[in-house]
Amino acid sequence: MSAPAGITLVTLTKDIRLEWRSKDAINSMLFFALLVVVVFSFSFDPNAEESRLIAGGLIWVAFLFAAVVALNQTWARELRNQVLDAYRVSPAPANALFLAKAVGNFIFVAILEALMTPLFIMFYKLRALGPAWQLLPVAILGTWAIVVNGTFFAAMSLRTRSREIMLPLLLFPITLPALISLVEATTTILLGDPSTSAKFWIVLLATYDVVFTTGCLALFETVLHAE
Amino acid sequence: MKKTFPILGLLTAALLSYALYEAVVVAPREQTMGDVQRIFYYHVPSAWTAFLLFFINFVASVQYLVRRNPPADKIANWVVIAIGVLTCVGGYVIKPLPQGMYPSSVATTGLAIVGIYFLIRKYFSDQETDILALTTAEVGVVFCTVVLVTGPLWARPVWGIWWTWDVRLTSTLVLWLIYVSYLVLRRFSTSGQTPVLAAALAVFGALDVPLVYFSIWFFRTQHPQPVIGGGGSIDPRMLHVLLINWLAFLCFAFLVCWSRYRLERLQRDVEETLALEALLEPRSNVR
Repeated sequence: MSAPAGITLVTLTKDIRLEWRSKDAINSMLFFALLVVVVFSFSFDPNAEESRLIAGGLIWVAFLFAAVVALNQTWARELRNQVLDAYRVSPAPANALFLAKAVGNFIFVAILEALMTPLFIMFYKLRALGPAWQLLPVAILGTWAIVVNGTFFAAMSLRTRSREIMLPLLLFPITLPALISLVEATTTILLGDPSTSAKFWIVLLATYDVVFTTGCLALFETVLHAE
Repeated sequence: MKKTFPILGLLTAALLSYALYEAVVVAPREQTMGDVQRIFYYHVPSAWTAFLLFFINFVASVQYLVRRNPPADKIANWVVIAIGVLTCVGGYVIKPLPQGMYPSSVATTGLAIVGIYFLIRKYFSDQETDILALTTAEVGVVFCTVVLVTGPLWARPVWGIWWTWDVRLTSTLVLWLIYVSYLVLRRFSTSGQTPVLAAALAVFGALDVPLVYFSIWFFRTQHPQPVIGGGGSIDPRMLHVLLINWLAFLCFAFLVCWSRYRLERLQRDVEETLALEALLEPRSNVR
């Protein structure tokens, strides 16, 4: 195993172990997403037909908001005891750390989605009329899109006043194309109209992922050392 | 500077008033929209100016980032030259070009990109590219706000609606949001290296814009298109007035950018001098 991959793996394992013992991020995300589901459900009270139209938007807005909760904790954790400073002076490549954090966040958000989706289906009486298997690539690509930029911007907002507010301010405008693709793809699949297909949106999400993963990897070292 | 600035200010004021006169009196009345259409001479030049300023911001940000890393600087130079060559050749080779594009206009845009990049590279130092980025972002947001305010004012009487999630409107709004978050980041940052963070964000914003445009373009063309006066030709007299207005707006934007740029430079100089003084005479400088 090469050194950067080893560093990524070690950091990732450490983060997962920390999360496993404290369950800080998962618990707050879960509860937050649950609240969003319940509040939306009360405010709209949709029947099965209507919920098919709006569910795509609701699900992803809930997940995006919940993801911000986890993303805000990613780097804040490393500030205690100057862990991040230690990382800066160590010869370990910055991108290894970034990838570990991004993958860790991806796992946390994916767990959240896996737990919340059944609830959504229950509350909104959802049943996909289109090819439901396509929701899987949509979810994977979309989650990565949110998480990769979120991890980057969380590192960026680390050195700002009121950083918890700063992250969504930076993240949401940039994530808009991903969010549009996610919502449209999900709605298309749920509605199952044979004349439209979610393929375009999946391709757009993949493009977004490639572009921004490259961007993050190219610029992360600069941002990490901007002290 | 002391002499040029007032002269330029007077010239700009004269040009602006002439452009206003042209727009209100000289330009022919539009047949279907009537006088409301004259907002066009305010709306479109603002939009072009804002986009130009955001573009300069992007170039300055890239410059700021690549200068910290010589190999990246070299690569960036070649990428820019490649863009210039490709646009010059591509305009004549690719057939058919999208509607409204001509080989000469594509080539001119490409050359302008190369020109702006290398001008900034040659004439602006490290610190100055950052000030340039800050200035153009601030002024760009102002012009973009003008676009977003005059747009609905024009749309309401003509289309009957204030706003539609059309591709151009939405991408302009997203651009505005990105640059507002850029300014907020600069304001809220407590890091000593705010310019680096801001430059990285500007690059991300530039990566985002084509994706936004593309996603909304597809999003909306799937649904019935709202009434939009797309395509069509423009009366040469109107084009003339439009271009004069754009020139006036450009002069105005340049003037505002220049004075803001100077102010920011002076401010940084003062801060630097104060910091230096405090270092040299630690005891005499208790404030």
